[in-house]
Amino acid sequence: MSHSQEGHPKFLQHHFSDVEQQRESAKLGMWVFLVTEILLFGGLFVFYAIYRAWYPDMFHNAHLALDVAMGTTNTIVLITSSVTIALGIRSIQLDRQKDTIWYLFATLLLAGTFMVIKYFEYMHKIHLGQLPGEWYHFDGIEGNNPHVFFSAYFLMTGLHGIHVLIGMGLITWLIFRTKAGHFSSKYYTHIEMTGLYWHLVDLIWIFLFPLFYLIG
Amino acid sequence: MSEHTNTGHKEHILPLSLYLGIGSMLLVLTAVTVWVSFFDFGEFNLVVAMIIAASKASLVALFFMHLKYDNKLYAIIFVSSLLFLAVFIIITMFDTLRRDDVYIEKSGPIQKQSLMYDSLKTHSDSTTVVDSLQVKEDTTTVDLNK
Repeated sequence: MSHSQEGHPKFLQHHFSDVEQQRESAKLGMWVFLVTEILLFGGLFVFYAIYRAWYPDMFHNAHLALDVAMGTTNTIVLITSSVTIALGIRSIQLDRQKDTIWYLFATLLLAGTFMVIKYFEYMHKIHLGQLPGEWYHFDGIEGNNPHVFFSAYFLMTGLHGIHVLIGMGLITWLIFRTKAGHFSSKYYTHIEMTGLYWHLVDLIWIFLFPLFYLIG
Repeated sequence: MSEHTNTGHKEHILPLSLYLGIGSMLLVLTAVTVWVSFFDFGEFNLVVAMIIAASKASLVALFFMHLKYDNKLYAIIFVSSLLFLAVFIIITMFDTLRRDDVYIEKSGPIQKQSLMYDSLKTHSDSTTVVDSLQVKEDTTTVDLNK
């Protein structure tokens, strides 16, 4: 029974037999969580699919109201942030805590850039009245029920934006904990899990971008 | 426990060049998806865009999320969610797109308003949604079966 070998790491919870098992369990739990995230967004993707099938022309007309340059910039920003957080994890694997902090900070900055661009896009649409449902009061889009496009747009990019904000909170928390010396190549589960989450946020945007900004 | 244990330690420290390479590929694919959106493939616009997005997503999942190197259980869990999502979308679309094969009413939103929208549209194309919402409230008792 006595598992307490010398050098029993203090981050190892008593209910795991070793560090490896603890790590794999955490990862398993994280992936199950990511599955629920996919299904959460999945409902909205189905909503999008149904209405795009019903109103293909309206979707095409309404998507012209979105700014492709801003959407593309945000895609680049988010992909770059995915690279930086992956490099942050690599740095902690190599015990380079300082680099990890810098990479996390870069990720946070890129996430902030994403949200600032999103803010300008949202403000522009709110100003023009390109809004969901009954708040829609814009006159320049031909086709049936253009407000449905903006319902989908604000729901899906909004839920995604909330995920970006949560990710920013997590990354800030990681910066402080890394600074405090809580992580090393032996134990960096929190950074790894946040990385997985952040990649999923990027992954969802990879689909949102062509579905909203680039309707052929 | 697993196949790759040259150090006895199970993490996979991938080379910097791999991350930068995958990152550049993602940026190139982003450029490609914007570029092809200027061409009209008709029906296949969506297909092309989704194929590019799926390739990008695969790169992120395989390399950034380490699915290629980790315990395959994670990949199975991830892919299973995509299968369920596919079932969700495909079965819903069967219903949505083929509904008018079964019912006399045109396929469209399942809601009282749908018929109203159609009749309003024939009256004037310029009716704004706000107006139609107002009209709807007054006529919700209308016999929808005509």
